[in-house]
Parts: sequence; structure tokens; C-alpha cells
Amino acid sequence: MDSANQLPAQLPEELLAQARRAVADATDLRALEDLRVHYLGKKGEVTALLKSLGGMAPEERKTFGQAVNRVKQDIQGLLNDRKAALEAEALSEKLAGERIDVTLPGRGNQRGGLHPVTRAMQRITDLFNRLGFDVATGPEVEDDHHNFEALNFPAHHPARAMHDTFYFGDGRLLRTHTSPVQVRAMLANVERGESAIRVIAPGKVYRSDYDQTHSPMFHQVEGLLVGENVSMADLKGVLQAFVNAFFEREMAMRFRPSYFPFTEPSAEVDVAWDKGDGSEPGWLEILGCGMVHPNVLAACGIDSERYLGYAFGMGVERLAMLRYGVTDLRPFFDNDLRFLRQFR
Amino acid sequence: MKFSVQWLKEWCPVDLDPEALATRLTAAGLEVDTVAPVASPFEGVVVGEIVACEPHPDADKLKLCRVDDGSGQMLQVVCGAPNARLGLKMPFARVGAVLDGGDKGPFRIGKAKLRGVESFGMCCSARELGLSDDHAGLLELPGDAPIGRDFMDWLELDDATIDLELTPNRADCLGIKGLARDVAAITATPETPLTVEAVPAASDERLPITLDAAEDCPRYVGRVIRGIDPTAPSPLWMQEKLRRSGIRSISAVVDATNYVLMELGQPMHAFDLDRLRGGITVRRGRAGESLTLLDGKEVDLDDHLLAICDDAGPVALAGIMGGLDSGVTGDTTDILLESAWFRPATIMGKARDLGLHTDSSHRFERGVDPEGQVEAMERITGLLLELCGGTPGPLLVAESREHLPAREPVTLRLDRLNRVLGSDLGAGEVQAILERLGMQLETLDGAWRATPPSARFDIEIEEDLIEEVARVHGYDKLPAALPSGELTLPALSETRVPVAAFRDALCAAGYQEAITYAFVDRRLLERLQLDDGALPLANPISSDMDVMRTALLPGLLSALGRNLRYQQERVRLFETGKVFLQGDTLDEVERVAAVACGTAMPEQWDVASRRADFFDLKGDLEQVLALRGGGQSVRFVPAERPFLHPGQAADVLVDGSRVGWIGALHPAAQRALDLKVPVVAFEVDLNPIKNREIPHANKISSFPSVRRDLAFLVPEAVSFADIDAAGRELAGPLLTDLNIFDQFSGQSVEKGYKSLAISLILQDVSSTLTDEAVDSLIDRVVKGLESRLDAQLRG
Repeated sequence: MDSANQLPAQLPEELLAQARRAVADATDLRALEDLRVHYLGKKGEVTALLKSLGGMAPEERKTFGQAVNRVKQDIQGLLNDRKAALEAEALSEKLAGERIDVTLPGRGNQRGGLHPVTRAMQRITDLFNRLGFDVATGPEVEDDHHNFEALNFPAHHPARAMHDTFYFGDGRLLRTHTSPVQVRAMLANVERGESAIRVIAPGKVYRSDYDQTHSPMFHQVEGLLVGENVSMADLKGVLQAFVNAFFEREMAMRFRPSYFPFTEPSAEVDVAWDKGDGSEPGWLEILGCGMVHPNVLAACGIDSERYLGYAFGMGVERLAMLRYGVTDLRPFFDNDLRFLRQFR
Repeated sequence: MKFSVQWLKEWCPVDLDPEALATRLTAAGLEVDTVAPVASPFEGVVVGEIVACEPHPDADKLKLCRVDDGSGQMLQVVCGAPNARLGLKMPFARVGAVLDGGDKGPFRIGKAKLRGVESFGMCCSARELGLSDDHAGLLELPGDAPIGRDFMDWLELDDATIDLELTPNRADCLGIKGLARDVAAITATPETPLTVEAVPAASDERLPITLDAAEDCPRYVGRVIRGIDPTAPSPLWMQEKLRRSGIRSISAVVDATNYVLMELGQPMHAFDLDRLRGGITVRRGRAGESLTLLDGKEVDLDDHLLAICDDAGPVALAGIMGGLDSGVTGDTTDILLESAWFRPATIMGKARDLGLHTDSSHRFERGVDPEGQVEAMERITGLLLELCGGTPGPLLVAESREHLPAREPVTLRLDRLNRVLGSDLGAGEVQAILERLGMQLETLDGAWRATPPSARFDIEIEEDLIEEVARVHGYDKLPAALPSGELTLPALSETRVPVAAFRDALCAAGYQEAITYAFVDRRLLERLQLDDGALPLANPISSDMDVMRTALLPGLLSALGRNLRYQQERVRLFETGKVFLQGDTLDEVERVAAVACGTAMPEQWDVASRRADFFDLKGDLEQVLALRGGGQSVRFVPAERPFLHPGQAADVLVDGSRVGWIGALHPAAQRALDLKVPVVAFEVDLNPIKNREIPHANKISSFPSVRRDLAFLVPEAVSFADIDAAGRELAGPLLTDLNIFDQFSGQSVEKGYKSLAISLILQDVSSTLTDEAVDSLIDRVVKGLESRLDAQLRG
């Protein structure tokens, strides 16, 4: 059939309306492709309309041509939109099939944790590091000189009886406190030509005492500061600041006169502790401290007239107990995982 | 040191209740341990007297008494006490009285019927009133006790016992007198001390006293008293004061010595004069001499011990305890009293060495007032004459003045005091405190020369005086300064791995940190053959903590075993700490160790469960070692350790040096330690693995890399490390990585061989590698491995 001189079977507007309905009805990508071929393919409806242009008068051809091209673009647009919609639909359908139970636990290992004593000791160390205290260390198997003599404990002095000491029978002993590190640190410092010093010494100490409130091995952090302008007021200030920082709140504190052979004046420090059971807060001793005894400074070759120093020693277990709500000393060294796993 | 608050108030009438006093004492350095009432709370108890006493008609052990309670009525009371008798005065709880029932709370005395007889009240024992544990019979009151008088009132039971935990320097407070001096200073209350009158001699009874060791005992004061009444009881007031000081009443003479000890702080001793031969000599003991002490203990003497001797030998251990054979007994009528001063250094540690601790040694080794001996002798003489009569002889004083401690003045500078304390105390304030402390003062320009009272021998240097002033002024009133000081910024080492990083790495790998005792059971070390070089303690606290650990493993295995018993099936523990290796010298070596048992992973829903083995632990150790950076310098070399599985153990080498081991626990060791499951463990020295290099960045190649996978059949004996080392060497500088991705044996693999698949990653920094270059390199590697290690390329 020769259609060259015939009017087109359909007007472009009608064709568009028909395409709009057909595209909307298409339910998958394949049907959509068939429609594209039907309308826009080489033998498609729109192509046929364009072909019919040849038989028109120039004026008519222009108007009609523009109309057909608009329809072609619109149909292309309809097809694109519908395709995107169908694709999105297909993707959601696929994703819906890939749904997992996100509440199932993740695969992998379980984190361990630090021992509460290490944790507290690290905290103490970090805080004093911030104040410029270096960490000093010393041997745990000590001699009488460093553990007692150089700290102004005379032989057989009753003050020694307060330190139930483990001996090795040859003059050596297990250090009963971290204070011998004071002596070692000062001696090493003086050897370098320095008298002023700012150190802490965390570590294990040993006393031959074993009951509910005593462990034969426990941990202390010793602190020592020597300088030309150091006073008991500085000692009070630094300890109050430390305690507030360690517990992250303002703590009421009490300085009581006490006695240590290697400090004079000496003090013990209590913090007011609210047990949280409604009872009155009680005072709990957390550390001993004082101004370094002139004999100790002199034994280390430091001019005690020019230099003054303060020293303190705190029990790490006690601080850990307060900080973490541990009510008994013994679990610290039982290494029961049910206890330890609470510290992650 | 326990004391009665009322007794203290006789010496220093401080206007504080016991709790408030305790707070002040603690704040002044005399730490209060406890404050306790001297009796349980009760009311309605009066002094009563048994005015008739006959057997109960229907009960053998009960008595029917009539009690006069001062009310005018004679009350019928049934009583079961064995000492209930006619004329006895005792505390009597009237009907309506309220007594303390301990845990059961207070209870009221009502009318009762005992075996059919009505009873109107209760006769009380000491225990029923919370006075002591004595429940053997009724508390017997002296004949002059006023009938009907409120008992609590009459015995002044509105009192408290304060228990002081005195520091060793404050021996001056080991008696009411010294304590009162300090309380007076602390509270600014004037003292009302007792004036001790000298007792005139009523005979000229003397005994020679010789000081043969004048340095150890520069003063010995004695006195003979004859004809005392050995049956005289000590008065209730004295018994009460002693009781409230924690001392049991024994006899008038012993109670009097204890009373003076408590009151003046001067230990006293009484000898039975009849049992002494000749005079007294104070001298060092001699080898071969021995002495049976009052407590029955036999002591061998030597010249370290100071002895009180008569002409026949030692009769007392000076300053510690008297001898049994020369002590007073229930029949003693003639006594020699001793009031001596012994040098602290002579007594220090001696009682402890003998396993003894007495009120006397406690005071003498800390130091007794060197000027108090005569006063104490006069005091006890007066008391004894009052209590049990007798004829006192003259004071017998032997002394060596040159050996008595002299009180040297100590200079205190006001500016030094304020510098040490960071305070701003004025001269007037400081001087007032020094005066209150009983110091004799000489005022200098901005300073004082202070001579402390004779009992305060702890005050020797300026700092001691500074502490005294601070203490009495109040530590809490001293200023506090905010932390200050020069800011410093020391170099932050990046070449040392902090121990905390190792700990964190193991925590991240699932390990829980343990802290085990540094002393372990030698037998445990022996079972693991780790006892070589173990340092034994001379005085272990128990036999299962008798040597210092030579490794962290034993402690961790014990902890692992304990956890297994608590049904923890999967255990991961690690520890860092020192081990102690005794050779010619002692090495304290800091180590890290870990133990593991149970499944490789915690039980979970999508991971097949399998037991943790060598390679799980090795992976964890490699994570730890990776903190060093680099990593090529770490090698694992098959090794044998007696406690490890012979085929699953390796030494860990860092930079060619052995730094530790890793392996599976030997089944025999596992059995010996009673561990029910296999365990893998490692232990490594920390020091050599702490060093690391600061990373130095190289340019990265912009050319593509090439991967080639090769599978070989190699003899069983060839290790991956051999292939790795040879492969790297053969491949040369173009090799950027060599990995093993498969290994298996059995099945299709010929016996004695294993299949091993490796990948080589090749890359050049300056050009793209050509196929030819890669092929020739791979060919070199394959041929080289074949000739060196008998590795056959699989098709």
C-alpha cells in the first residue's frame, strides 16, 4: 500500500496518549523494550509518522514535523521514567530478599581487659606524668640498706616491726615498700649533678602478712619531689589535686600527723568515703606522706638546708577498691575470670 | 594502748566527750582505733546485799536469797551463782531493770517463778553488765558499797575506753601521765597532774645493786618491802581502771605494778625477796646460762640479752619479762620492787626474736622516760602500803649518770618552719605551742633553743620541732598550694614500646590480665622443671609460696586450673611481671606470658568451633611482636623444653637472640598439674622486644605488581621457614612479599611429603615487569628450591 499521499492514520497527540497508557501498563523491562520498538523502532509508529512527512506541503510538514518530534521525545521520556521506576522496583525486591537479622551478634573475638590494679596504677601514673613526674624503677629483691638503713630506719627499730619483711637469709629481702626507689632515684640524679627531682615509682611490694585485709604482695606508687622551694603546702595541694583527679570529683580529705622514719613532718591522708548504704561517710586511709627527712637527703648527698622535698606512697589496691567498688582484697589475686571480666 | 577517758580526765580535765576527744587525738597524730563503752547499756541496777541465803527447796543448784536493795523491802530472789552467800554485796537488777542482751537486744527484768518459787529481780555477774567475760559467779562488791545506790553511777561506768594505735615514736603516750601532757598541749587545757609523795623508809632494809652494764642500764631503782598481806585484794577502783585499760586483775601486787605501768608509763617488776639470793646485778647474759620466764618459756642467754641477776644467776630478762622462780606468788610477803631504765637499743628486737611481746618490752624498746624511775617507785610503794600494808625500806638507787640520755636543746628557726610548712605562723603562736608541749625555751633572734621534756626523746632535730608545731597547730589548718613548678617537656621516646602497649595488644586479642604472686610453690616449679635458679625465701608465709618464681608460666597455669574448676572452659590469661633467676648474681627479668585453652573463638552462631592450638597463640604473639614494627627479625625455631610438647614448641628469636618460647604444654606436665584440657602458652622477655625503629618511609612504586602462585611437594622435614628464606633470597629485590596460602599432607600427597602453596608478589620501582622477566625469575626460584630443598613443583 502506498501511503505517501495519505493522511497519517493517527494524529501525534493521539499516539502520545496511547503510548502513555501502554507504558504505564508495562510491568517489566522486557514489555517496556517491546513498546520502545513499537513506537520508536525502525518500523515503529513514530517512525511511520515521520515517514509520512514527505507527502506534505512544506508549511504543513513543518508544523506536523515539530509535533511528531515532540511526541517522539515525550515517549522516550515516558519510557525512561518507567524504566527507572521498574529498575528501582526490581532492586528493592532483590534487596528485600537479602534481609538479615541485624540483631545477631557479630563474628569474631571477645575483648579481654586489664587487671583492675594495673588499671588503677596506670591511671595514677598518667596523672602524675601530666604533672611532670618521670617513672623510676628499682629491684624488688632489695638489700637492707636501700629498704631500711638509707631511709633512716635504725637496725631493730620498732618501726621495722611494722614492716613484716620477707628475707632471703643473706641480707637480701623483698622490698616492703617502693620507698627504696626514692633513694636509688636520688642517688642516680645526684650522680648526674642534679639535686632537684620529680619521680614516681609504681611497683610491687611484699609483706609477710596474710588475712582478709592484707596480701603478702601488693602494689604501691611512690612519689618524690625535691627542689629549692618545696613545702608541706605543696604536698597537701598536689595530693588533693591528685585525689580529685583520680576520682573525678571533689573529695574531702584529712591530713593526720603520723610517723615514718624517712619523712618529717609525716602525715597519713584519709578521704571521706560514702559507702552508699546510707551510713555516715567514714575516713579511709589512702596514703602516707611527708617532707623528706634531712637524714635521707643527706644520705643521698643532697644539701638539706638548701633543698627540701616531699614524698608520698599510696596503696594501689585500696584506690582500686574505692574506684571500682571492690570490697575485698582477695579477689585481686585469685585471678577468677568472672571477677576479671568486669574490667574490660 | 587502751585507756579510760575518765582516768585521763583525772590528769587533764579536758571538756570533750569520748568521740570528740578521739577526733582530736587522731588529728594530732595519736590515731584512735576504737572508742568503746566500758559497760553495756543498762538501767535499774543498784548495789544490793544478800541478807539471807538458803537452799532452794526443789533444786540443788539454786539458792533462795533475800536481797536488800535499799528500798526497805527484803526481796526474795532465786539465784544460781555458786558464790551467792550471806553478806555478799553485788549489782542487783530490780524488777523493771533493763539489761543488754547483746544480739538479742535489751530485755526487761520481770517477776519470775523458778522451780515454783517467785523471784523479784536478778543478782548480776560481770558479764551480764558487759563489764567482762566473767560469768563464773556474781560480781562481788566491796563491803563499803552503798546499798541501794545506782550501780552505774557508783562505779562511774559513764566512761569509754579509747584504743590508740600509737606510732613507734610516741612512746611518751604509753601512759596516762604522758598522754595527759599531750592532750593538755593539743587542747590547751591545764593539766592536773598527780603529785607523788616520797614514802619515808620504815626500815633500813638494803640490797646491793650493781650495774655491770651501765650503758644498757644506767639506772636501777629498787626497794624492799617486808610483811605485806598476800591475801589483800586489789580494790575495785583499781581493778576497774585496769579493766578499762584492757588489763586483767591478778593480785594486789601484780595489779599495782600494772597500775603504775599504765599511769606513769614506767614498767615495774616485783621479785619475791625470799627467792632471791644475795644482791642484784644488771649485766649481759652469758653463754650457757638459761632462764625460765614467768610464762614458762625457757630462754638460753647470751651476751646480746641483758639480764637481771642475783648471786646465783639470772632472775629476769631485763625489760622483757621476769623469771618464774623469782616471781611473786600467793604466799609472798616480802618483795623487792624494780623500777629501771633500759637503753632502747639494748631491748629493741629482743622480745621479737624470742617470740615475745610484753607491755614492758613494748615500752622499753620504744623508750621510757629516763627521769621517771624514782617517781614510779614512790608511787607503787604508796599504793602497796595502802593496799596490803608492809614495811618499806629506803630507796635503793644505782645509777650511772654519764650513761643516761641527756636532753640536748634543739634550735628551731621561725623562717625555716614557715618555709618547710609553706605557712605563715607568727612567733607568738609558735612559742605558745612549744610552751604547751613542755619545752624549756631560750628565745633567740627569730629562733628558739628548745629543750624537750625528758620523755620526748623523739625530738632530736629541727624538723621534729616543726612537726610538733604543725601537729598541735593542726595539719588541716596548714595551707595547701596548687601544684606548680617549672614546665618541662622531656623527649618522648618512640623507640621504646611501653609495656602498656603490649598489655593492650593482648587485651585486644581477648586475653584477661592476671596478677599472680611472685612467690610460688617450689614443687610446682619442680613439676615443670623450672626450679633451676629458684631463689628460696627464708621465711615464706606458707610452703606453697616458698620460692621466687623463675617464670610467669607456673602462676598462670595455676590460675588457669582454678578457672577450669570454676567451669570456665575457655581461658585466656596473660601477665607481665618480673621473674627472679639466681645465678652468680640475681637477674630480675621483666616478662610477658600468656596461656590459653578451650575453643579458638568464643562460642558463636556462625563460626565452627575448634580447639585453640599453637597457631592461634602464635598469631596472638605475632600481634604483640608486631608492635616492634618491621618484623623480619623475629624467628621461631623448633625447640625442646621439658614442660612443652616436643613437636609443638619453638624458641622465639629476635635479632638472632633467644627471647622466649611458645608451645603446647607437654601432656605429662598437663597431667602433673591436673589440668583436664590441652594448654598452649608463651613467655617472652620484655626488654629485648621493647626496642623498635622509627619508621622511615620509602617511595611507593607506581608500576603494577604481579602475583604468581606456586605449589610444591616438599619433604616433611623441610619447614616453611626454609622455603621462605630460600624463596626470598632466590627471588631477589623484585620480591615484595611471599605468603603461604595452603599446606596439607596425606590424601593425594605421597607419604613423607607435604604440599605447600605460596604466592610471590613481584614489583619493580622503575618499570612495569615484563612477562619474560617474571618467567625467568620464577624459573630461578623453582629450580633453586628444587636443588636446595628437594621441592617439586606440582602441576
